[in-house]
Amino acid sequence: MKYESQRVAMPYFIFALLLFAGQIVFGLVLGLQYVVGDFLFPEIPFNVARMVHTNLLIVWLLFGFMGATYYLVPEEAQTELYSPLLAWILFWVFAAAGTLTILGYLFVDYATLADVTMNRLLPTMGREFLEQPTITKIGIALVVVGFLFNILMTALKGRKTVVNIVLITGLVGLAVLWLFSFYNPSNLTLDKYFWWFVVHLWVEGVWELIMGAILAYVLIKITGVDREVIEKWLYVIIAMALITGIIGTGHHFFWIGPPEYWLWLGSVFSALEPLPFFMMVLFAFNMINRRRRNHPNKAAMLWAMGTAVMAFLGAGVWGFLHTLAPVNYYTHGSQITAAHGHMAFYGAYVMIVLTIISYAMPIMRGRPYGNSNTAQVLEMWGFWLMTISMVFITLFLTGAGILQIWLQRIPESGEALSFMATQDNIALFYWMRFVAGCFFLGGLVVYFGSFFIGGQASAAEEVRGPATEDA
Amino acid sequence: MTDQSLIQPPANRHLPGDLAVWMFIFAELAVFGILFIGFTVARSLDPATFHAGRDVLHPWVGLLNTIALITASYLVATAVHQLRHREPGSQLRLWLALAVSSVYTAGKLWEYGDLYSLGYNLGTDTFFMFYFFLTFFHFMHVVLGQIILTVLAVKVRRGDYDGSDMNGMESGASYWHMVDLVWLVLFPMIYVLA
Repeated sequence: MKYESQRVAMPYFIFALLLFAGQIVFGLVLGLQYVVGDFLFPEIPFNVARMVHTNLLIVWLLFGFMGATYYLVPEEAQTELYSPLLAWILFWVFAAAGTLTILGYLFVDYATLADVTMNRLLPTMGREFLEQPTITKIGIALVVVGFLFNILMTALKGRKTVVNIVLITGLVGLAVLWLFSFYNPSNLTLDKYFWWFVVHLWVEGVWELIMGAILAYVLIKITGVDREVIEKWLYVIIAMALITGIIGTGHHFFWIGPPEYWLWLGSVFSALEPLPFFMMVLFAFNMINRRRRNHPNKAAMLWAMGTAVMAFLGAGVWGFLHTLAPVNYYTHGSQITAAHGHMAFYGAYVMIVLTIISYAMPIMRGRPYGNSNTAQVLEMWGFWLMTISMVFITLFLTGAGILQIWLQRIPESGEALSFMATQDNIALFYWMRFVAGCFFLGGLVVYFGSFFIGGQASAAEEVRGPATEDA
Repeated sequence: MTDQSLIQPPANRHLPGDLAVWMFIFAELAVFGILFIGFTVARSLDPATFHAGRDVLHPWVGLLNTIALITASYLVATAVHQLRHREPGSQLRLWLALAVSSVYTAGKLWEYGDLYSLGYNLGTDTFFMFYFFLTFFHFMHVVLGQIILTVLAVKVRRGDYDGSDMNGMESGASYWHMVDLVWLVLFPMIYVLA
């Protein structure tokens, strides 16, 4: 760690991981509710558990992105953070607001929550993923503005690097697109448009910039490959992400009432959305093959390769599976969507945050060459357990989805099974998904365990050539 | 020239421009390729609509645009040649390419204005959806190409390029030729064969 103020990333990472654990627990609750419908009813109904599961994901990834930014921007800019105090204040504000919101979901019924948070003054609640009370949404906006101010002031006074520019562009995009969550038109088609401007343009637009920048930073650090080479890759990847991702939003417009041409535009452009993810795979493996040093933090390298591969499979391949309009006509909103959502979020965004945590946490804990061998082995066990479990979760949900489409969607009306009758027929897949989910939790426990093993890796790294930048 | 020399690759063969630009070019060609396939499939499903749509277009403007883009590409190719051999005239050719390609942008804008005033737009039918989207998407690429040509011309004028490092010039020229190539498929596909 070159700058003391980078350490402010630590509370963000720790809190992110705690929320991650919460997300997984609620995921298991949901997985069981799929097959044991009244499990925990009426205390935690399905809709509440789902809201907590998805909102925890979004909030912990935001904590992860912020931690990553606080860690890498000062080092890239070669200067201390503009205000570590502001970063600490915003951490506590965001943590308190996030916790209160989740507790609100769990302990107050949603209508009461809307009432006590004065949703009527500016109604924004009630939409999937954007369920947060308006006051929480305003809080998120203010925290992000303060965060961006801090980061921009840091970046502007120091060295300007492509990694910083791409990361900050992504974060500014994240903040600007968030503003659409405050617009809630009564026309349902318009409402869906603006809703996707947040949801889609986050995960298939600006978040890809954030992911690309973090991946590029970690690759520079662990491979020692020339910055110029990595920056060139980053430029091409983000150009592809934006070209395909922005018009690719159209794949959400197929059935919400806009003009027919969206069937074509959405299909064609989103069919190419796997490209930037495929290039990230080539990028990560190429840079690691051309590495000029063998960094002793092997776990971080595994996460970096893993995130590229899993993002390509989850976001790229599983996205393409159902993105063409003639296919989506049958698959829309089926378990295929759930399969894609799980692997895409895990591969692209969970794993990129775990990559930077794997690289940065040991350094912040005074282990510049990474954790001890035992800790790394345990962390890699966590990696494989979680990743393989997620592959199985995705495969079982895909199986459930295919059967669901076969029984419920493809037959002519009158012959098709009802929604609930179909669910009974695919219950076996849900049970298998639940078992895979339990293994995922096991992997998470192993991963957390790796943080409690002392010692550090040996400084004796085998340098393959003159390294350009320090670890 | 013997048979032997025909199959021997040139000794100093290299990829013109940067590999990153070529990845970009292939991705762009993939986008257009899928759109072309979509156009062909949609046309085979509804030939009458496509035929009626084509009759409204102005093939002479399309032909003029084709000549403009081919001429511009010739000028760009020779500008690269001049720079590589450190001969004068590279800068002038780039400015000329920019001027000639403006015939295309003007022609396209005129046709859009004409069709729009007749009441045609993106939502008219499948043919006009493809016509407006494909050609406007290509139009945006031409505009980006013109910006790149301007940057190249300015860099040659400032002496940033002296012919020793051709990477920037070749990358920009490769992109421009891609834009030209796409139009060479677009023009017959939309204006002639539909």
